[in-house]
Amino acid sequence: MSKRKSKESSGANGECISQVQKILRERFCHRCATGKLFGIEHQYRHLLELLKRTIVHGESNSALIIGPRGSGKTALLNHVLKELTEMKQVRENLLEVHLNGLLQTNDKVALKEITRQLHLENVVGDKVFGSFAENLAFLLEALRKGDRTSSCPVLFILDEFDLFVHHKNQTLLYNLFDISQSAQTPVTVIGLTCRQDILELLEKRVKSRFSHRQIYLTNSFDFKQYIRIFKEQLSLPAGFPDESFAQKWNKNVQHLSEDKTVQDMLQNLFRHTKDLRSLHSLLMLAVSNVTVHHPLITASDLHEASKQSRMDSKANIVHGLSVLEICLIIAMKHLNDVYEGEPFNFQMVYNEFQKFIQRKAHCMYNFEKPVVMKAFEHLLQLELVRPIERPSVRAQREYLLMKLLLDNNQIMDALQAYPNCPTDVKQWAASSLSWL
Amino acid sequence: MNTRQQSKIIYSWYGKPMSSDRKLRTSRYKGILITSERSRTETCIQLGNFILVEGENADQPFVAQLLDLYEDGGQQKHAVVQWFSHITEIPPNKRKLLKREVSPQEVFFDQVSGYDTDIAVETIIKSVMVIPLHLGEELPITLNKEQSFYVKQSWDGKCFKALSPDTFSKLKEANKKGGGISNSFIPLDITSPRKKERESVVRSATKPKNVELEIESKHSASKSSLAKERHSQRVANGMRTPTARKKLQLNSPTRSSKGRLLGCEVLELLDDDCDAVAPLEPSATKRKVKFTGILGSPPKMPCANDKPKSMFDTAEHWQTFSDTIRLSPYSKVKDSSEKAKNLNRKYDIICSVGHQELGSQSPVLTPRSRRICVQRTSALIAEQISVLNTLELNQEEDFLSSSDSSYSSSSEEEDDDVLCTPEKKTKSSRMLSTPKSSRRSSVHTPAKTLKKTPLPGTPKTPRNATPEIPRRNHEAQKPVSILEEARLRLHVSAIPECLPCREEEFQDIYNFVESKLIDGTGGCMYISGVPGTGKTATVREVIRCLQQAAENDDLPSFQFVEINGMKLTDPHQAYVQILELLTGQKVTATHAAVLLAKLFNTPGPKRKTAVLVVDELDLLWTRKQNVMYNLFDWPTQKHSKLIILAIANTMDLPERIMMNRVASRLNRLNTEILLQTCRVYFQVAALSGDARRCLDICRRATEICEFASQKRTPEIVRMAHVTEAIDEMFSSPYINAIRNASLHEQIFLKAILAEFRRAGVEEATVQQVYHQHVALCRIEGMQSPTISEIMAICSRLGACRLLLVESSNKYLHMRVRLNISQDDVMYALKEE
Repeated sequence: MSKRKSKESSGANGECISQVQKILRERFCHRCATGKLFGIEHQYRHLLELLKRTIVHGESNSALIIGPRGSGKTALLNHVLKELTEMKQVRENLLEVHLNGLLQTNDKVALKEITRQLHLENVVGDKVFGSFAENLAFLLEALRKGDRTSSCPVLFILDEFDLFVHHKNQTLLYNLFDISQSAQTPVTVIGLTCRQDILELLEKRVKSRFSHRQIYLTNSFDFKQYIRIFKEQLSLPAGFPDESFAQKWNKNVQHLSEDKTVQDMLQNLFRHTKDLRSLHSLLMLAVSNVTVHHPLITASDLHEASKQSRMDSKANIVHGLSVLEICLIIAMKHLNDVYEGEPFNFQMVYNEFQKFIQRKAHCMYNFEKPVVMKAFEHLLQLELVRPIERPSVRAQREYLLMKLLLDNNQIMDALQAYPNCPTDVKQWAASSLSWL
Repeated sequence: MNTRQQSKIIYSWYGKPMSSDRKLRTSRYKGILITSERSRTETCIQLGNFILVEGENADQPFVAQLLDLYEDGGQQKHAVVQWFSHITEIPPNKRKLLKREVSPQEVFFDQVSGYDTDIAVETIIKSVMVIPLHLGEELPITLNKEQSFYVKQSWDGKCFKALSPDTFSKLKEANKKGGGISNSFIPLDITSPRKKERESVVRSATKPKNVELEIESKHSASKSSLAKERHSQRVANGMRTPTARKKLQLNSPTRSSKGRLLGCEVLELLDDDCDAVAPLEPSATKRKVKFTGILGSPPKMPCANDKPKSMFDTAEHWQTFSDTIRLSPYSKVKDSSEKAKNLNRKYDIICSVGHQELGSQSPVLTPRSRRICVQRTSALIAEQISVLNTLELNQEEDFLSSSDSSYSSSSEEEDDDVLCTPEKKTKSSRMLSTPKSSRRSSVHTPAKTLKKTPLPGTPKTPRNATPEIPRRNHEAQKPVSILEEARLRLHVSAIPECLPCREEEFQDIYNFVESKLIDGTGGCMYISGVPGTGKTATVREVIRCLQQAAENDDLPSFQFVEINGMKLTDPHQAYVQILELLTGQKVTATHAAVLLAKLFNTPGPKRKTAVLVVDELDLLWTRKQNVMYNLFDWPTQKHSKLIILAIANTMDLPERIMMNRVASRLNRLNTEILLQTCRVYFQVAALSGDARRCLDICRRATEICEFASQKRTPEIVRMAHVTEAIDEMFSSPYINAIRNASLHEQIFLKAILAEFRRAGVEEATVQQVYHQHVALCRIEGMQSPTISEIMAICSRLGACRLLLVESSNKYLHMRVRLNISQDDVMYALKEE
């Protein structure tokens, strides 16, 4: 019945569907800080107070936000900043400098970026900084000139903080922390990192200057909360233009969350990872199936998405191989079993393959060696096989030592699913002694 | 300057020696010929001519008048000069005394006693004109601006004065003559050691007629009796303050030196007043009598009347005033700003007296010395301790009431307010607090930065204006609650005024630098200690005290330069920074090294002693160690006048890093800074001896307290809050991270443990762990994950550094190791 209903409204819903897609995709791609935060209210308050004090009182600070990937470090910070910018006093009183360890790969680049973001380059006119040393001196001078009450506080946000640690002498970190601990321009340094051992990486004098405020984020929610998160992430907001559709959609989501199979599927995902990003990518796949003719997400959509996201990448590749290539892989598997994972070379694989061919000559075409070699190189390109040393000019290709990058389980699973696999090959795969 | 060096210039005497001293093997000449080979020119400079002398900065040669020329026993050509100062040579804080614009062509007749007037002839560049003018006169317009200078006023290191008619006429005469040898300017004898030199001047028959020479002679006279004076003062001090420790009496020499200078000045003033050239008796002793006569004159100075704020009107303070009046026979000086400073000084002393009275109130502080800064420091310690005691002791009382005297001091009252309070009883306790509160508040007011930033004596050449962080649009909020206030106080940046448990190190460093400053020699000191023990803070405090002393003319003024190894991009940049801070020149590293070497190796006239603080010394290490070598080599040079305070973390840096040649130059005066665990620190000291950490913990504790008390009434910080803060800062994150990991991540960790146990090696490949993982999943009856999922789990754990993993392109053969102990993992997983 619902199907008919949906068909009825399908024409009118075209606009709606694209709205839904837009809203949900934005949410899943972390485009903005609109999503809610889950279970980190305490950390939120802590960070908010910290930044507020910097801005209102001009108190210098430093803090690290530490948590595994996808635990919402950046989201937390963005939320705090969003709330802060809503206060008028704050908006006009804060300078932000955003750095990312992946972009600012050394201190020189980082300093340039800081100068740019603080708009200090305007002051110098078109004078280009001659050297790194000059730039550092320049920036330190600028920061030293300020004092607590009169200067505008500067907020330094160092994303991928752990990468800054590897800069030479940790000069940037030392200077930032040093400023935050002396009566200069008020500065707050916030580092975001997923490394739990970050403090051990800091040099001792840098560490001494760091205030040791650490805000830990852990995905500490349980499965019930996870289901709630699932619901909230998939629901449409109250301000959705087509109210009736939104209601229908949300009701459907409610049903889904109570569905046993969906819960099982989610449980499985939850057991694997608490990272909300994987949930997002799963939902993204499901939402992509929503069309005008298929306006509501069904349990099967979710199952399909889950199956897709759980797929084993290497096993997928095996599905597309030729029989010859499969045979080579099986030969390698046997070599692995015999030699207990020791590396092998092409010649050994070829010999193993030849043994099989001789036994079962009636059902397998005997390929010539160059053809087998070609097949082997194809496997090499697919990275199912990997040389353990770099190929050199002198070494013959046949004798390069290799390792197989597939586990026995993967091979057997792939063979089960392989279409039209010769029975002999299957038997050979199961046991190298099958000819007996 | 470079071109000068390149083209060869020959200096030769003009004419026959006028007179010679056989005993000292010196002979004097009336002129010198400067022959330039390249331009084939020959100039003759005679006594009385005005000359340009090479300075530390090539663009800024010094102006001087040639008074005498002689050749010493070692065939070295010397010249004795009368200096003139550019406006840039005058400390920026004194420039405003002029109250007028000064053209770059104007110079000041230099009467500062500290400068060496004996220079090497080779530093003379050329002759110029110096024309004396009356104060009101406009500068005449001349064509050759580089050739002529004008002098209107004299500068004696403290204030500007109009030229005395005598000097004026002499200058005019010298100009007119263009080389006439004026007898009255030659009185300096040529005995080589400088100290004796002037003394003998006095004895020599020449009649010192002009003011300047009188001052010099007086100066030397008092200097000669320095030791005696020192001794007597020491005795006097000992008599007056029986509590004072011996080692803390380093104030006495400075005091005497001040007295000396003041004596000169008073006499000079007298001379000026009379405007008569009173010939002084040549004997030094007699002059001394006169000198002490002034010194010893009863404290009749009712200068309070004309002082800007007459605050000292209570009898009690008058008494202390008269007690300390010996320090400041100054008050006749008409300069009002000087007076204000003077006033401050006295006031400080009074404070310290008041503080001694207070001694019984807070038993923690023992008044140990009369040194003002130490006094202040100890007062601050007391305050800090009592504040923190209240933290610790969990006193139920409010902050304000619990530490009445020490805390109330912190309230941001203006000095005037405090001073004007009429009640006598609270006064003593409040008095103690005021200098600190004024300095406390100076954190917010620009007053402090004003005092700190301009290095005294550094001529600030106009450079490209350095940018500033924009000013804030709204005023920073003043702390409202008591907790906010406390937090502000506990911020690490707020500390430099108070250095608990560092008095001895402070004294060591202070004594070292002070002695070198007074001697005018160089030296270096190495200060080591683990981070956060207050090395830099102590040194800064020492410098601050020294600067204050120099400002009060207790010490010869000096240049303070600080570099930080961490704030340099390259060890060689140290040269650039030092040179820029010393002279304002901006050059490349190699050139800077050359210039600095020249600066420190050649006798620089008119150069002040430089105190160089090198923070994070170990970062200046280079493979050839030339930076460190130079840093420690310069002070050993005879003329360097360089004092180096090197700071580093490593105790054994000299042995470990430096090669012998470097280490041998380091005067091994290791001041080991060890943190004494006083009451405040014992909690944290168990965890780490870092003072910064301690302060951060206390600060965090106030936050937690504030956070907790938001719903209820304001509360005081309890031990529980401190404990919470400590837990927050020092707890291991790993256990928590493991407990909050997903189920399969936990199983993966278990699988790793199982694999380690099976193989007996603490390293496994993902493939091996995967098999264990599958087995564990079977036991639990769970769906086993695919390899891709296992790889994802592995990389997630690796990103958190719970695991150490190889690069992921090895896929199944990637090796895995635990980053924490197996016991920790087991402990974390068992609880589930």
